[in-house]
Amino acid sequence: MDRFETLTAVAAPLLRANIDTDAIIPSREMKTVSKTGLADGLFAGWRYTEIGGRDPEPSFVLNWPAYANAQILLGGENFGCGSSREHAVWALHEYGIRSILAPSFAPIFYNNCVRNGIVPVPLEGDIVRALAAQVARDPQSNPIVVDLAAQRVVAPDGTQYPFQIGREARDMLLEGLDAIDLTLKSAAAIAAFQRRDRDLRPWIYLEKP
Amino acid sequence: MATTLFEKIWAQHLVDETADGTALIAIDRVFLHERTGSVALKSLSAAGRQVQDPARVFCTMDHIVDTTPGRGDDTRVPGGRAFIIETRAAAQAAGINLIDVRDPDQGIVHVISPELAIVLPGTTIVCPDSHTCTQGAIGAFAWGIGSTEAEHAMATGTLRIAKPRTLRVRFDGALAPGVTAKDLSLLLISQHGSVGGNGHVVEYAGSAVTALDIEARLTLCNMATEFSAVSGFIAPDDKTFEYLHGRRYAPKGAMWDRALLHWRELVSDQGASFDREIALDVSELAPMITWGTSPQHAVPITARVPTAADSGTTAEAYGRAMNYMGLVPGQAMQDLPIDAAFIGSCTNSRLSDLRRAAQLLRGRQVAAGVKAICVPGSMSVKRAAEAEGLDAVFRAAGFEWRESGCSMCFYAGGESFGHGERVVSTTNRNFESRQGPQTRTHIASPETVAASAVMGRLADARSLARAA
Repeated sequence: MDRFETLTAVAAPLLRANIDTDAIIPSREMKTVSKTGLADGLFAGWRYTEIGGRDPEPSFVLNWPAYANAQILLGGENFGCGSSREHAVWALHEYGIRSILAPSFAPIFYNNCVRNGIVPVPLEGDIVRALAAQVARDPQSNPIVVDLAAQRVVAPDGTQYPFQIGREARDMLLEGLDAIDLTLKSAAAIAAFQRRDRDLRPWIYLEKP
Repeated sequence: MATTLFEKIWAQHLVDETADGTALIAIDRVFLHERTGSVALKSLSAAGRQVQDPARVFCTMDHIVDTTPGRGDDTRVPGGRAFIIETRAAAQAAGINLIDVRDPDQGIVHVISPELAIVLPGTTIVCPDSHTCTQGAIGAFAWGIGSTEAEHAMATGTLRIAKPRTLRVRFDGALAPGVTAKDLSLLLISQHGSVGGNGHVVEYAGSAVTALDIEARLTLCNMATEFSAVSGFIAPDDKTFEYLHGRRYAPKGAMWDRALLHWRELVSDQGASFDREIALDVSELAPMITWGTSPQHAVPITARVPTAADSGTTAEAYGRAMNYMGLVPGQAMQDLPIDAAFIGSCTNSRLSDLRRAAQLLRGRQVAAGVKAICVPGSMSVKRAAEAEGLDAVFRAAGFEWRESGCSMCFYAGGESFGHGERVVSTTNRNFESRQGPQTRTHIASPETVAASAVMGRLADARSLARAA
């Protein structure tokens, strides 16, 4: 996973509530057993004029030249709800999105972001809408700053908004750590737990298939 | 000190803790399916990592597999065959338990895991599937994860997670005839919103929950994810133990007795404190149905389509949902004509669900022009239903009778309901285009779906039952 450096980028608004992972990457766009090749399918149902087609839908915000190269999304409540599919996050990342600012996130989606180098930033709805309004005047010259190390977002007008993130999640994003590598450092503790647990709950441990 | 059930399960699985409160939690069972598990297995193997304990990892084929009779590896989902074949190969290479397309135990992961007693009280079980919370009904901490987290669980036998807060939801009162666990779920989400459970694990309790049988409890816990909760669960009791006894992976003999002693401790102590509590009196509850495009957009079947003011949502979301669903404020829900009816999914596809629907369908016909489909949740449910003649009831009424799988709970590019069609469905999500491009989904109980199929419009099953 890449290290997350302080991000200064164009932010695109998708402010509706309950944007689900099937809207982010429709199931029909998950064509192979792979974590890549998904960016074209991102928001396919909204982004293209027809199902399975690739003609851009002019009304969809990510198709507007003003929001070209957006790396930040401004979202609504319960962002990433629905299916657990990590393909939604892989598609966002491959498209270039590095941070999402929204009032709340679905829990599985939130964790998938952290595991893939996308910073989920919880901010009150009023703040997200105010950011969208500032950006909208001229998105290319009004970027938003996401400073993860300092846990703050800087609006185009210079206003700073602090945000919450768990320390481990923050460190993993900043340092680009792999969670499995980190956990394997605790291999001895895991082995000791399993030895104890086999005595306490032997029925948990099954015969080889 | 009085502790909650969740805290007991958490403490029993705590391997290690970091300074900021992130915990390393032991994972007892991992379940995979061909849609999201395949990529986890492939990626794990590509990284040169091993499944730490393959005996405790299970994989089924449910999401992409076709549900028409005589099916094999071919499916109408684009690229679907490759998912099935690659999942099989990866599962075999990893040496995990594979429940393949033609296996007599095949079925939807959250139906077969309890059926085979893969999930047990007090266990931690994860699956790269959001409805894993269903299995909390057995008294387990069961939750959905991403594929990367599934790799982590398989490689290390653990997950790194922040401890969620606890929320107890009490449903008290006796449910009226024709009112079910599905209606409890929809009531909770409609009253407290689709983010009402965010950051929490939910313990469902109260006299209405204790009275539910195990299959109904699975229905209740199924939609904790639609409440944005990390998971939902119910303390195990004698009904749970009786349900599990003798099933394939349940402990046997003296080991059963030993496990039972442990399981009987799995309750929230008297006086244990939760971070939040919600209490709902459900003695007057009517069957619920959704009108909009979020599970929180639910009303009693006897109600009218809400106005913006009483919709419990923002004007923008209300307008969008009304437009998408093709509704007029104030029209009676029961005046809405339907094009299709679907009975199935990890929410409502178990034997008791099919029995209750069949009871209403016996001697009746699906209305002309309504496409009606029943998909049992597992091959075991299908066989049991056929043994008591339920398949004949569904077929005679005009329902298609399928092989088990997730089927048309969601649209994956293969089979779907038509553009703009109105579908009444026992599933869990009424999102835009969930069951097909521009499909309008109303979610409800099997009773409501069966009655609506017969009437050709959304219908109150209690009126139909009385008319018999």
